[in-house]
Amino acid sequence: MKRTADNSITDDLLRPVLQTSKAFFVAVAILAAIVASGFSAWAYQIYYGIGVTGDNWPVFWGFHETNFVFWIGISHAGTLISAILRIVNATWRRPVTRCAEVITAFALMIGAMFPLVHLGRPWLAWWLIPYPSERLLWPNYRSPLVWDFFAINTYLLSSLLFLGLPAIPDFALIRDRTTGWRNSLYGKLSLGWQGTPKQWHRLESAMHLMSLAIIPIAISVHTIVSFDFSMAVVPMWHSTIFGPYFVVGAIFSGIAALNIVMAIIRKALHLEKYLQPIHFQNLGKLMLAMSLLWGYFVFNERLVTWYGNTPHEMAALWSTQMGRYSPLFWTMVFCNFILPFPLLTIRKLRSIRAIVIASCGVVIGMWLERFLIIVPSLSYKGTPYSWGSYMPRWPEIAILSASFAAMALLYLLFSKFIPIISIWEMKVGEHPSIKVAAKVQEAEAAGELI
Amino acid sequence: MSAVYGLFTTPELAQQAVDELKAVGIPESEITIQSSEPLEEYEFGSRDRATLMPWIAVLGAAIGMATGYFLTSVTQRSWAINTGGMPIVTTWSNLIIIFELTMLGAVFASVLTLLVSARIPRRLPKFYDREISNRKILIGVANPRNVSKVEHALRASSGGVRRVENL
Repeated sequence: MKRTADNSITDDLLRPVLQTSKAFFVAVAILAAIVASGFSAWAYQIYYGIGVTGDNWPVFWGFHETNFVFWIGISHAGTLISAILRIVNATWRRPVTRCAEVITAFALMIGAMFPLVHLGRPWLAWWLIPYPSERLLWPNYRSPLVWDFFAINTYLLSSLLFLGLPAIPDFALIRDRTTGWRNSLYGKLSLGWQGTPKQWHRLESAMHLMSLAIIPIAISVHTIVSFDFSMAVVPMWHSTIFGPYFVVGAIFSGIAALNIVMAIIRKALHLEKYLQPIHFQNLGKLMLAMSLLWGYFVFNERLVTWYGNTPHEMAALWSTQMGRYSPLFWTMVFCNFILPFPLLTIRKLRSIRAIVIASCGVVIGMWLERFLIIVPSLSYKGTPYSWGSYMPRWPEIAILSASFAAMALLYLLFSKFIPIISIWEMKVGEHPSIKVAAKVQEAEAAGELI
Repeated sequence: MSAVYGLFTTPELAQQAVDELKAVGIPESEITIQSSEPLEEYEFGSRDRATLMPWIAVLGAAIGMATGYFLTSVTQRSWAINTGGMPIVTTWSNLIIIFELTMLGAVFASVLTLLVSARIPRRLPKFYDREISNRKILIGVANPRNVSKVEHALRASSGGVRRVENL
């Protein structure tokens, strides 16, 4: 092996952690201001009551639930994709995994906030936690909200461990290269890591086992989120395919978010050498597959509803096809299918820029999809006297904006303290047996191999 | 109590040093190896026996499953809630919580096994060199019985010899 003590990988990937530009502080200040405005809106909503939002009879679930489902879906970008790529030993995953896992951790935290935001009295949220209350009544395990509590927390804890464990060797690297408070902080975080063969082997074994466990957890999470809807006898919710439909949509939106994040950090942190076109192209292909699957599920849902022809379901269906929600529906179809299809299918068009454009479309489209699952169905419930509509007000819009700003802020702060690309995994990628596999993949991508 | 070690720039040289140390009679178990990346393609980098980690993960999953069962079924019996004609113990919905706790048990068991078997967290021992972060590979022996033999073996593989005293 011609591997030398070349430190370029370590130097390049530690640069964003050890050097801070003015732009970083400006970005943090702007994002923190938007997040603060969101918290102010929430405080206003708590003080004056949930009536200040657009939630009103019969539509009591609006933007907040849309955001909840959307962010939990986005969280499927990271740990799930990373786990799958680890199990199949896809060598191109190395620069992508941590970028992706971070999205999972923060998207889950943001998503899990929304049931609290939606509560008129958020200080009673602890009623969801399984505890023997003074009423001698335990929480009702038949409630999908309690299932959510277990599923989201299991996924969050597993994802944090999945993100944190492979970061230990990188903490050790920073510990060895710094002095002062950084040395002390990273010394504690590295847990006394030395890098013995035994430690490496055990770490990789643990990551492999966790990968196996996390895939069914991730799939269960969004299936259970779909149960929040499909367990209710509401038009277009009471469907047996909601589980896989939600999971596909979640992976779809998650990959799109990952593409956008990778493109931003690639430019902002000058990581062009590590996040290469091949990474975007491979994720683009996955996204195309998800787009097709998503299209299949959307068609399936509508076909069955149309064929069943029950009056209240038809009312909800037509409101999205030709009625008041149709502009949103057709925008969603454009963003999730018509826009990404040519950009991801035609090889000449499949540049990083095109993939990012398609991804932006998918993120918008998937947010609209979540909205269109929730609001039209609630607008057209079983009896016509309970039909109504929903229009968001400023607190919801402020909180929605703050959630995106919070994601960007948390990501920015994370990349300031922890290398956003796993350094030791990139070094492993330099090993010769792995290089050969990477070259084969590159040749495959370039169409040189049949 | 002291240690003698060398820092090597390539895995080939590190492998050579390990071979030299073994040739002069140092048992494999006494040779310390540290690196900033896994080097499992090399004999010296893959010195670890098979672990029970998968079985411990299965045990963790079983404990999680049992916890899920007792949390749901036992509490449902103890504090019965009659809801819409449903049975008191709702097995189908309980399976969701049992599943989540099963998987969580497996994950926690894997992490715990890693921490215990890799002996972390711990204080960074003195027998360590920050040069490892510059892609150097540390090969050495703690408390060698014959220091000159070890030094000779390390020098033979072009490693600069260093010492740590008062381990």
